[in-house]
Amino acid sequence: MRDVAVVGFAQRQMRRFDGSSNTIELLVPILQELWEQTGWTKDDIGFWCSGSSDYLAGRSFSFVTAIDALGAVPPISESHVEMDGAWALYEAWLKIQTGEADSALVYGFGKSSASTLRRTLALQLDPYTLTPLWPDTVSLAGLQARLGIEQGVWDEKAMAEVAARSRTSGADNEYAVRGAATSVDDVLAQPLFADPLRKWDCAPITDGAAAIVIAATDRLPEKCTRPAVISGIAHNVDSPSLGLRDLTRSPSAAAAASAAGGTDGVQVAELHAPFSHQELILRRELGLGEDVDVNPSGGALASNPMFCAGLIRIGEAARRIWDGDADRTLGHATSGVALQQNLVCVMEAQA
Amino acid sequence: MTTPASAVLHQPLTLEFDYTRSLGPVLSQYISGLGAKQVIGGVLSDGRVAVPPPDFDPATHDAVTEMKPVASEGSVVTWSWVAEPLADQPLDHPFAFALVLLDGADTPFLHAVDAGSPEAMSSGMRVRARWADEPTGSVRDLACFEPADASTSPDQEVGEPGETKIGITSVRLSYDYAASPEESVFGKALKEGRILGQRCPVCQKMYVPPRGACPVDGVPTSDPVEMPDTGIVTTFCIVNVPFLGQRIKPPYVSAYVLLDGADIAFLHLILGVDAHDVRMGMRVRAVWKPEAERSFSMENISHFEPTGEPDADYETYRRHL
Repeated sequence: MRDVAVVGFAQRQMRRFDGSSNTIELLVPILQELWEQTGWTKDDIGFWCSGSSDYLAGRSFSFVTAIDALGAVPPISESHVEMDGAWALYEAWLKIQTGEADSALVYGFGKSSASTLRRTLALQLDPYTLTPLWPDTVSLAGLQARLGIEQGVWDEKAMAEVAARSRTSGADNEYAVRGAATSVDDVLAQPLFADPLRKWDCAPITDGAAAIVIAATDRLPEKCTRPAVISGIAHNVDSPSLGLRDLTRSPSAAAAASAAGGTDGVQVAELHAPFSHQELILRRELGLGEDVDVNPSGGALASNPMFCAGLIRIGEAARRIWDGDADRTLGHATSGVALQQNLVCVMEAQA
Repeated sequence: MTTPASAVLHQPLTLEFDYTRSLGPVLSQYISGLGAKQVIGGVLSDGRVAVPPPDFDPATHDAVTEMKPVASEGSVVTWSWVAEPLADQPLDHPFAFALVLLDGADTPFLHAVDAGSPEAMSSGMRVRARWADEPTGSVRDLACFEPADASTSPDQEVGEPGETKIGITSVRLSYDYAASPEESVFGKALKEGRILGQRCPVCQKMYVPPRGACPVDGVPTSDPVEMPDTGIVTTFCIVNVPFLGQRIKPPYVSAYVLLDGADIAFLHLILGVDAHDVRMGMRVRAVWKPEAERSFSMENISHFEPTGEPDADYETYRRHL
C-alpha cells in the first residue's frame, strides 16, 4: 500500500445558492483556495474525480459542465461518481495506489434546493417496488427511528441530545447553515414534523460544494507540515430491500470500519448522519466510545449539502490533524436509504 | 419567468420520463399477482418468505425460484406520519408510510396506510390491502392498506393473475432552474435583441455565450462586449433523421456559428437556404423573433440565414474547428 494523505480542504455551504445547479460559481473560488493552501497549481494534480447527481441538478451531464472550473484544457485525467464526493476520494485513493497518479483533487457539489429534495431522493430507491410509491427520505428515516424507540435501542431523549449538540456545535462552524445554543428540552419542545421525527432531527436542506486534495506521502506539497495520512479507507453496502434489513443496525458501517483497520485510538469522529438517530446507530457500529469527540463541526444536522456532506466530514476530520488538535481522526460518509451504504476513512498524524 | 430579488434568471423546469423496464421472472409474478388482488412472496434459502420477492437470495445469491402466496392482511411493524403528502405518493391526504408484515410472510414491506390521523396508527395494528379500482400493472395495483377493523368490507376476492412482463414507472421532477450570473447577463441582453460576449480575463478569448468558467483557465469570463449578429458557419451537419420533439421538417442544417469577433462558436440553425447549399465559411446573419415573442433564451434568434457576402477564407477559421 502507498501512504496517501489529505493535504487540502475547502468548502462552501448555504441554505439557498442563487446560481447554477452545477455550482460552478462556488467551485471556482474553492479551487483558488486549495491552490493557496497547497502552493500547487492544476499542473501538480495527477487525477481529478467528482461526485454529483444529474437528478439533483435537473440537467444532464452536470458534472461535465462543472469541469470548466478545473481548467481542463489541455485534457486532464478525470472521473466521476454519481455518489457523495467521499466515494470520489476513494476512487482517487485507488488511482494513487495503482501508481497511475501521485496526487488528486476530488470534489462534490449539490444544489439540494433546486427541487423537493426528500422527493427527488426517491429516485435512489428500487425502481420497481419502491420508487412508484414515492417514499420520501424523511418518512423512511421515521420508520427507522420508531423501530429503535419501540425496541428500546434508543429513545427520543438520546435523539434530542444528538440534535441539541449538533445545533450547538454548528454555531461555531462558519459554514454551517444551522447553529444556535440548544438544550435537549429545546429540542423536545419542538412539534413533530414527521411523527416520530422533529425538524431538528432531520438534516437541513443545504446547497454547497467542497473539494479535497490528496497526495502520496512521497509527493506532499511543501506547504503541508502535518498531513493527515489515511491509515485505512473502506466502504460497504447493505441490501436495497428494507424488509431484509434490521433497520436499527448498519452492518455495512461496521464492516467498513473493520476493513479500514478499526477505530481504536480515534479522538475525533465526523459522522455523516442526516438524522439524529442515525448518529446513535453509527456510534455503536463504529465502536466509538464516550471519549470520542463526535461531530465538532455540527455534522449533517447542522449542514448537509448533498453529494459533498460526506466529503466534508473527511475534510473536517483531516483539519483536526493539521491543526494539531488530534493525532487520529475518522471521517464517515453515507449514501442510499437509512444508512444503507457507508464509507469510513481513518487518518492519523505521521509518526 | 421571474427574477425575484435575485441577481440571476430563474425558470420553473419540469422533467418527465416514463422508465419502461422488463420485470424479469420474479417481479413479473409479483406484479401480475397484485393485479389479481394476490400478494406473492418468494421463498428464501433459509425458508423465510420475503415480500416483495427478491430476484436473488440475500444469503446464497442464487436465483429465487419458489413463489408462495401470502395473505393480504397483516400488521404494522413501524410507521411514520406524512402530514403533507408529496406529489404522486399513494394518497393525497395525510397518511402513514409503514412497514407491513403480511400474514404468511417473514419480511415486512413498505406501503401506505390510510388511517386518517397519527392517533389511529400504532405498531402491531392490523391492516388489510385496499386494491386499485383498475389494475395498471405496477405495485400501485395495491393502492394502500387500511385498518382491518374499518367498517368497510374486505375486498379479498382473488382473481386470475395475468402476465405482466413490462413495468412502467413515470417520473416527473420539478425544479427551480437558475442560470449562472454570466448566462443571466447574456439572457437579459438577448431579450433586448442584443448579443453580449465576455472575455476570459486570462487568455482573452471572447466567449459567446459567456461562461461561469473558461475551460482553459478555470476563471469566470468578464467585461461584457456587444457583439454583431453576423458571423460564419464553421462546420455543420444536415439533419435527415426524424426524432421525438423535432420542430423542423428534415432535411435542415444544424451548424456551428462563429460570430465576428468571437473565439468560441455556438450551435444554431441555418435556414432560408437549401440545406445542400450550406458551406463551411458561409457568411450568415441572425434572424430575430419579433420583440413580443422574445424570452431570455437563445431561441430569440429564430435561425441564421446567408448574407450573400463572399465566404470566409479557411485560414481565418481553421483554429475554431
